[in-house]
Amino acid sequence: MSTLKENRLWRIITSPSRMMLTVAGVVILVSVVRQFTGISDITSPGAAGATIRFTIPLLMAGLGGLWAERSGVINIGLEGMMILGTWFGAWFGYLYGPWVGIFAGAVGGALAGLLHAILTVRVGIDQAVSGLAINLLGAGTARFLSGVFFIGAGGDVNVSPQVKSISSFTVPGLSPFLTSLGQKHILVISDVAGVVAGFITSINWASLVMILALPLTSWILWKTRFGLRMRFCGENPSAAESLGVNVYRTRYIALAVSGALAGLGGAYISVVVTGNYLEGQTAGRGYIGLAAVIFGNWQPAGVLAGAALFGLTDALRVRQSTSVHALLLVVIVLAAVYSLTKLRKKDWKGFGINLGIAVFVLAYYMINKVVPDEFVTFFPNLTTILVLAFLSQKLRPPAMAGAPYRKGEES
Amino acid sequence: MNKKLSKLFWALIAPIAAILFSLIFVSIILMIKGAAPLSTFQLILSYGAESENIIAELNQTIAYYLAGVAAAIGFRMLLFNIGIDGQYRLAIFIAAVVGGATNLPTFLELPLIILTGVVVGALWASIAGYLKVKRNISEVISNIMLNTIASGLIIYLLQPSRLGLKGKNSDNLATPMIPKSGWMPSIHILGGELYSFAFVAIGVGVLYWVVLNKSVFGFNLRATGMSFRAARASGVNAPRMIFITMALSGAIAGLTGMGELLSSTHTYSLAFPTGYALTGLALALLGRNNPIGIAFAAFFWAFLEQAAPILDLNGIPKEIVMMMQGSIILSTVASYEIVKRITRRQQQRLVGAVDAPQVVTEAKGDKA
Repeated sequence: MSTLKENRLWRIITSPSRMMLTVAGVVILVSVVRQFTGISDITSPGAAGATIRFTIPLLMAGLGGLWAERSGVINIGLEGMMILGTWFGAWFGYLYGPWVGIFAGAVGGALAGLLHAILTVRVGIDQAVSGLAINLLGAGTARFLSGVFFIGAGGDVNVSPQVKSISSFTVPGLSPFLTSLGQKHILVISDVAGVVAGFITSINWASLVMILALPLTSWILWKTRFGLRMRFCGENPSAAESLGVNVYRTRYIALAVSGALAGLGGAYISVVVTGNYLEGQTAGRGYIGLAAVIFGNWQPAGVLAGAALFGLTDALRVRQSTSVHALLLVVIVLAAVYSLTKLRKKDWKGFGINLGIAVFVLAYYMINKVVPDEFVTFFPNLTTILVLAFLSQKLRPPAMAGAPYRKGEES
Repeated sequence: MNKKLSKLFWALIAPIAAILFSLIFVSIILMIKGAAPLSTFQLILSYGAESENIIAELNQTIAYYLAGVAAAIGFRMLLFNIGIDGQYRLAIFIAAVVGGATNLPTFLELPLIILTGVVVGALWASIAGYLKVKRNISEVISNIMLNTIASGLIIYLLQPSRLGLKGKNSDNLATPMIPKSGWMPSIHILGGELYSFAFVAIGVGVLYWVVLNKSVFGFNLRATGMSFRAARASGVNAPRMIFITMALSGAIAGLTGMGELLSSTHTYSLAFPTGYALTGLALALLGRNNPIGIAFAAFFWAFLEQAAPILDLNGIPKEIVMMMQGSIILSTVASYEIVKRITRRQQQRLVGAVDAPQVVTEAKGDKA
């Protein structure tokens, strides 16, 4: 525990005042970078809105992963469950309206989650094998069903007919005011106004409903009896069982919810973002959801942070590739500042590593005009590898996530 | 004799049950679609068994077989090498680049290309191995991430301004052509062209069996896989074994697709298939990590895939094959697990039947 208390990052995260300070610092930094590079898209309402649309699927997948891993089962099948979500969302959305579609997406994902539960919890097969097979089955099922249903209904073998869109809302008065303020390019004020304007302008109702999953997850996992038991199952299933927790049932529920969340993320992509099902449109987002869980240290707020970071880079890449290049400046300054705090603590190794990162990124920034799309695409994956490699001691995964468990057998 | 028969029975019942289950599963889907299951299966069988298709299947089998052996090496150590996909593509890509950039005599050029693939595969896999050993990070997660990174790197490096070229007739990006000295001959047989890389694949299979079952290294590897702690206690450097196993698995993964590169395309493009990791793992599971079992499984897999297009021509979606493969994986693993549990219970009962009377007599002896 003492190591946790000494950990600077941890203290910053845990104390509200420090957190406000950090956020303010980053905002000012981004603002200065925006002014310096003249790339105003970074903090435009459009970029903020796009970030929300790219973040929500990742957030849902990440929360799905969180539910599964907190109960002690690793869910590699998130990708397949998302694919089923996109398919069910689009088809039932086309038939009965978008909200029914989103609900159907959740059901589709939950069914796959239950299959994962039956296979890993009841039958006891390897969690990775089951997850990967579900990814294969999910992709195959969606392709097969597309061929069966879409062609007669005005779609194609890999495209569904269009789904009616869900209405969105804009906060009246405030939104136009902030948008115009955002275009004035005043340091900090315009940036904050621009981002906030993006958050309150033509926000899809579905986005709002989905974001609710985050506080709900947080509340269930840390404030309810079921949540306590579920986390117990992830940390020590044998002890949980001995104290009367039904580990199997808990994991069944957790995995069904996990699948439903991933399915919701998929349905959001097909119903809200594109308005129809396109084959392969999840594009590995289930795996990035897994990455967000690790990046977020198995905490709901952390999962949000990971999903938002990965969503932001994705959104900026799609809008304007120079934005990502400008963001490198933020990375450079952050690494330099962090290396200075290491220097103050006489942590020479940490100082060297962080300074090295700053210099390396600076060199890259000076030499190149843009960050290649391919690099941005695997940015979440690379970040996860680096987090795992360098911060693994600070990570607190559920102790028994991924370990096989049989009732009454020693693990 | 009876015991042996029963052992054989339980060993065969799992795959048979799995295939039966997936046949039933696919039949139900076919019937929902309005196609007769039996005639569909007949269609797959007769089309797949045509002679020109057999050669295409065998060529595909080579790649699948190597992916399967790569996965099996990992499995023996309880390592789940889902990174085969990234390892194989990066390896073939760099091997193609090296081959395209050099023009040595055949007896140097061929080994150079093949070795490059092996080394790149091993190096890429050893990242995951290092993270596993030094940082205790699940190789599944790191390999999934490494796969995506490998894809990104390849696409980045394949741009015409870097290592790639734009194809003459198409917009496909590809590496420069490997000179003739780096081509591997094909064998004319049954009206088709069988890659001679098949011999390398067979060699790998033999080597896999010999090293694993007949060498100290193989013994240590299997011991570590069975019990990390026991192996460590008896003097095996278990973390080192894990690292080496991961690298070995990656090295074999680096050979996957080499047949196609050396005998058919002579250049790497994005048309090279993806998804070999999942296939390899499935084949290792189906073949129970046995080199001959994996070979049969690989042929079966290639057969199904080669026959898939004929289904589309007959109005049956070819994705049936994909669903069949998915259900085969799941039902195989599930039935192995169930059979394992049944046989263990039988053994326990046997042991119980032998031991129980002794315990009783001992107890009696104590009283007296």
